[in-house]
Amino acid sequence: MPIIEVKDLFYTYPNFTEPFLKGVNLTIDKGDLVLLTGPSGCGKTTLCRCLVGLIPHFYGGEVSGEVVVSSLPVKEHAISELAQHVGFVFQNPENQLFALSVEKDVAFGLENLGMPRDEMRKNVDWAMDLMGIGNLRESAPFELSGGQQQRVAIASVLAMKPEVMILDEPTSFLDPVTARKLFEIVRSLNRALDLTVVLVEHRLSLLSSYVSRIVVMDEGRVKMDGAPIDVLTSKETRSLGIGVPKIMQLYQTLVENDIQLEKPVISIDDFVEGIRSLLKND
Amino acid sequence: MIEVENVSFTYPSGVEALREISITIGDGEFVAIMGENGAGKTTLIKQLNGILKPEKGNVYIDGVNTKEASVAELSRNVGLVFQNPDHQLFSETVEEEIAFGLRNFGFPEEEISKQVDWALNLLDIARYKKTSPFLLSGGERKRVALATVLAWNPKIIVIDEPTIGQDYTQKEKLRRFFNELNTQGRTVIIVTHDVEFVADCSPRVVLMYQGQIISEGRAKTILTSQEVASKASILLPQISELFHQLGDLGLPRDVIDVSEAKELIEDLVKRSKHHESL
Repeated sequence: MPIIEVKDLFYTYPNFTEPFLKGVNLTIDKGDLVLLTGPSGCGKTTLCRCLVGLIPHFYGGEVSGEVVVSSLPVKEHAISELAQHVGFVFQNPENQLFALSVEKDVAFGLENLGMPRDEMRKNVDWAMDLMGIGNLRESAPFELSGGQQQRVAIASVLAMKPEVMILDEPTSFLDPVTARKLFEIVRSLNRALDLTVVLVEHRLSLLSSYVSRIVVMDEGRVKMDGAPIDVLTSKETRSLGIGVPKIMQLYQTLVENDIQLEKPVISIDDFVEGIRSLLKND
Repeated sequence: MIEVENVSFTYPSGVEALREISITIGDGEFVAIMGENGAGKTTLIKQLNGILKPEKGNVYIDGVNTKEASVAELSRNVGLVFQNPDHQLFSETVEEEIAFGLRNFGFPEEEISKQVDWALNLLDIARYKKTSPFLLSGGERKRVALATVLAWNPKIIVIDEPTIGQDYTQKEKLRRFFNELNTQGRTVIIVTHDVEFVADCSPRVVLMYQGQIISEGRAKTILTSQEVASKASILLPQISELFHQLGDLGLPRDVIDVSEAKELIEDLVKRSKHHESL
């Protein structure tokens, strides 16, 4: 069942003549875990802003086409209303957190909705438990590590119980080990809550084996859309200058030199398995 | 030349960020400082333009002790780009943002407009000249921050996480540009978690852990040691990880490069076929 539907979306920022989005069409089903990528300036961030209603409600500009999230046409609903259905996690948690305690930050959105106190407490506790930050309740967000801050940011989004979560390069400021942990958490949320997730990220090597689908944008349009293995092995993807993971580059080079593994690989484990069985069969 | 001599630094909160660090970096070197969050990387680079001064020990930039120079004086030679561009950007347009530093250093107006255009083109942001930095994506804002510093041509360029939010094409451009700066005798120092970028650039790698330098050397050596990597919370580059897992097949482990990996695997397959046919 589609939960995000984008039809013929064109968008131009105020004071610009050329549109940033030039006819985006995209359907995302409930429970999908989608990686959205593409070269710099391709319109990923702009599309995310459209999905959560920051465009047009905050940025203004000229929109045509349709964006429907959780059955709500985005242009007809206020950001505060949309926030109960679609949460947005920014690249840098510092831009999102501002309260004096973790608990207050997580509760902020709910307070704005005027949720009754008991219910609010329940939601906040639930979100903090899910993110494993119950012990940080009284801590000041600015004193936490980047990884902890990003967990707080996600908890504050989860507390609104959205059906969709959009994350715009959420691990840019984290070390790779912490980043991987965060991706694992996001995947478990996706599975446990049937939460639809759209992740914007350039570093495909960190993520390709986590997601069910990769969408590649270029010049304001969707250019590729499919299973990670199909998208990452296609010639078109390479011509777009997407950073194909090294392990897949190696796989491709071997194929071109007549060394064929059993099946295309996307992870190091698959590669190791492929090489071992190749040596056995020979 | 940069000389860091026995530098220790503790933040007012009591966090001991640097513990007796010493390192010398020559003109034209390319250095990548790596390590987990909180290892002291950012604190170390802030010592280089004098935003932070050593509590113990000394830092010399071309023989000048940072304790005896102002941040403005040091910045003319040491351009520092912060991790989060939002800490650095404040002007109404990208153009003004880049011109700001140049004006502060007293560049003549015609020179300013020339340098601004040069930096805009270099970092592929010319089309945003009259745009507010705040409309741009994270990766684009990072490039604006980089442009503001490159515009005044410092001798030493220090960049905290240059590849954040950058796509493959932009990373390739950065890599080539850093090389070019090196050949002009300029020093490039980056702080990064991006092992694949480091594997491609092959700089001198300095690994930090809890306020100290625990290891340094060429990328091919440092990034292929599982022990060192796990201590510094970095992941091995994919190719290195693969060769660790295939270690029992008699392959070397210090491989980070796709074409070297291809040769080795081709060879392995050939040998195994040869063995079969005997």
